Amino acid sequence: MTADTGINRQSADDVLIDIRGLSIGFADANGGAPIVDRFDLTIHRGECVALVGESGSGKSITARSLLNLVGDGSRVNADRFLIKGRDARQFREADWRRLRGTVTGLVMQDALVSLDPLRTIGQEVAEVLSEHHTLRSRRAIEARVVHVLAKVGIPDPARRVLQYAHQLSGGLRQRALIASAIAADPDLIIADEPTTSLDVTVQAQVLSVLAERVREGAGLLLISHDLAVVAGIADRVIVMREGRIVDSGPTADVLRRPRHPYTRQLIAAIPSADSRGHLLASSRFELGSSCAQGADTSAILRDPLPARGAPRDQIVLQVNGISKRYAHRLGAGSEPPPPALDNVSFDVRDGEVVGIVGESGSGKSTCAKIILGLLAPDQGEVRLLGRRWSDIEESERRQLRSRLQYIPQDALSSFDPRYRVADVIGENLAGVGDRKARRARIVELLEQVGLNAGHLDRYPRSLSGGQRQRVSIARALAAEPDLIVCDEPVSALDVSIQAQVLDLLGGLQARLGTALLFISHDLGVVQHVADRVLVFHHGRIVEAGPVREIFADPSDDYTKTLLASIPRIDRALDRIADYGRRRPDLMIVGETMVGKVRPARDGIPH
Amino acid sequence: MNIQSRPSAELSISLGAGNDSPESIAPRAPGPVRRERVYAPGLVLSAIFLLALLAAAIAPQLFTRFDPLIGDFTQGLKSPGWEHLFGTDRLGRDVFTRTVYGTRYSLLIGIGGMAISLAFGIVLGIIAGQRNRILDEATSRLFDVLSSFPGVLLAMLVVTFLGQGMLNIAIAVGIAGIPKFGRVIRAQTQLVRDADYVTHAVVYGLSRRQVFLRHVLPNVLVAVPVIATVYIGNTILAVSGLSFLGLGPQPPTPEWGVMLAESRDVLRVAWWPGVFPGLAITLTVIAFTLVGNALQKRFEGRLA
Repeated sequence: MTADTGINRQSADDVLIDIRGLSIGFADANGGAPIVDRFDLTIHRGECVALVGESGSGKSITARSLLNLVGDGSRVNADRFLIKGRDARQFREADWRRLRGTVTGLVMQDALVSLDPLRTIGQEVAEVLSEHHTLRSRRAIEARVVHVLAKVGIPDPARRVLQYAHQLSGGLRQRALIASAIAADPDLIIADEPTTSLDVTVQAQVLSVLAERVREGAGLLLISHDLAVVAGIADRVIVMREGRIVDSGPTADVLRRPRHPYTRQLIAAIPSADSRGHLLASSRFELGSSCAQGADTSAILRDPLPARGAPRDQIVLQVNGISKRYAHRLGAGSEPPPPALDNVSFDVRDGEVVGIVGESGSGKSTCAKIILGLLAPDQGEVRLLGRRWSDIEESERRQLRSRLQYIPQDALSSFDPRYRVADVIGENLAGVGDRKARRARIVELLEQVGLNAGHLDRYPRSLSGGQRQRVSIARALAAEPDLIVCDEPVSALDVSIQAQVLDLLGGLQARLGTALLFISHDLGVVQHVADRVLVFHHGRIVEAGPVREIFADPSDDYTKTLLASIPRIDRALDRIADYGRRRPDLMIVGETMVGKVRPARDGIPH
Repeated sequence: MNIQSRPSAELSISLGAGNDSPESIAPRAPGPVRRERVYAPGLVLSAIFLLALLAAAIAPQLFTRFDPLIGDFTQGLKSPGWEHLFGTDRLGRDVFTRTVYGTRYSLLIGIGGMAISLAFGIVLGIIAGQRNRILDEATSRLFDVLSSFPGVLLAMLVVTFLGQGMLNIAIAVGIAGIPKFGRVIRAQTQLVRDADYVTHAVVYGLSRRQVFLRHVLPNVLVAVPVIATVYIGNTILAVSGLSFLGLGPQPPTPEWGVMLAESRDVLRVAWWPGVFPGLAITLTVIAFTLVGNALQKRFEGRLA
């Protein structure tokens, strides 16, 4: 398997990118030290190289150096910097400009901001063609645009060319962006986190479009923070950390037998069914000796979470048939939008962790808002601790407020910018008497979440993402609640930080027995933390039950699709092992995906 | 590229290669990223000038030995020189002295007018920024009506009603400035009102009053010093304009606008009685604007 990754690399012509000893620095940042240091990269035709690393590891800046778009004041040095055999160090700006679009195409993360809002996607895609005089006649360009849009799987391309970016759904938009990147048939596609903001089902489609291009002979540099995404598509993986390569090699090798401890940590920190009830950040990799068939056995060992008390029968939260339809503005469309929530009912028992999964627009957030009493349901009611909750006045609700706490996705924006950590937590402390006692209690809470008294007078904005989320957990715990609603609490965090925060939440939950309502789009996270899971789709609960059962044997079609499209390292590796090369079967996944996906809620099919 | 502006301490994660264990979440010392703050020379000069103005307003007698009101007829219309830096006017009064003493009037009226604009602007802006459609419409339309008059015209109208004088002219300019502040405050209120931390304060069980006093009001007021500095230049300009028209303090008060008006008669033979007070107005407005803009930049991103 290691051997065949090199099989169809014959001649030097196939080498698109050949870089040795690349270093990138900024005069005024990082104390003058390079941000990327001694970086080597080779990309062949028909090969996908993945650049993996957490935020700040220098992966984006490395990729941009291939387009000479690193930014002002940058210093890029390399021992060797060949693009299609030409020495890029000699290039002038005009040479680079000629290169962009024709030899290298860039796909960025956020299609909505990457596409010009004032131009149709047809114009956007045509631009690269006319700019480089690839095609001269207008008709030829138009035909080519439609062809490219069809190629990236945009249905009804002749109609779509006249639409603007905001009229497209997220998946279509991302595909339009890919179309503009590949319109002039570049030899190399650079995709910078192309699927990060997309739902898993859409992500699968976008990845399959990229994989298709690779199969047709383009080189692909895929940048991602997500090892699982990369596992399904990449031939080789390069793991970056703090601007340096810490691990690289064929995908299966790196993922199955990671040499570097950092790679092992990255892999082991991914939450999944196997990690349930264990501490993620404690993961260790155990490399077994190879078995007879040559398949390597490696096991991830983790320390268990503290023992949990059995869930008690007392119901903390009761949601009875709530529905919500947002007001339809006249003229915004011909038909009223479907309800955001449609007859949703569930219970949360004391000490239980209930997960809510669903894609964007599935009604998760609306549900959370109603439970938090920020939004009144059109129908149905919510009861908290057996008492009326959703249909009473805010002033009556206020006395129960402390029983129900909230951990948001973006902790920073939930802190008053003028407040220090001590103020943030102190505000939520109920009934602790004098100043000294309050301060002691705040320190105690900080220590509970792994911070300390040194953080009391810091401003949250000076803390790291993980620390901010810890402060927000401490704030929620300050009220000693019975139920905490966690709305995507870890989705903005890097995987290692995510592991720490999940461990913290899991540990605290086990110790304190607080019920959690855990909302996430990441099924792995839900699988890791939740006892029961509710699958939301189009405002309805399509499936509910114990996590193990649902994930092992989903009965609803949508749940099946959802589960099938989660990128998973083990699955990708199994496929590599089965076929030798993984690309054809990834395409199978992609195609079934495209066939299965239903029209999005706004009526625009994906 | 925003990577460059990140402090390097944040980039490192605690998953160490080997020795530092993933649980080690001890607070990392926040990497002291000290960037040399480079001030533009124009900004420094402006700040110095404003300090000088302040000094002149508080103790003008320290700057000059002449009297601003009593002149020596024999010394009339002397051109600028060592004895009289800015020359003398028709009545033999030292123009430099009058300009220095005029600082007090111009600043006082400007700041007074500003205070009036601010007081009403803040109250009305916050009212408009609430989630009440009717109140918002009412106050916003009031702003529209006020701002549909040219500022000077409105001020003249007010002065006609109240009569001339320093206080009245401050009131006049103040009223004309209300919509400017009101609109900014309204926008800021809406921003803060919808901010996550306000929603969270509700979730955490604070009463409406508490939410308003603890979170909304202070964060709205953060914007005030900045907009005040930016607009005070305008206010001073408006005051001088009205004084020039004779609607403000009357001669022989050494107010800059009044001085300008007085200088008209002699402009053909002597440029200095008019140019120097005019220069004082211009420089003051520029200085306030520069410092205000710099403040605005510093606070940017911290206002929401």
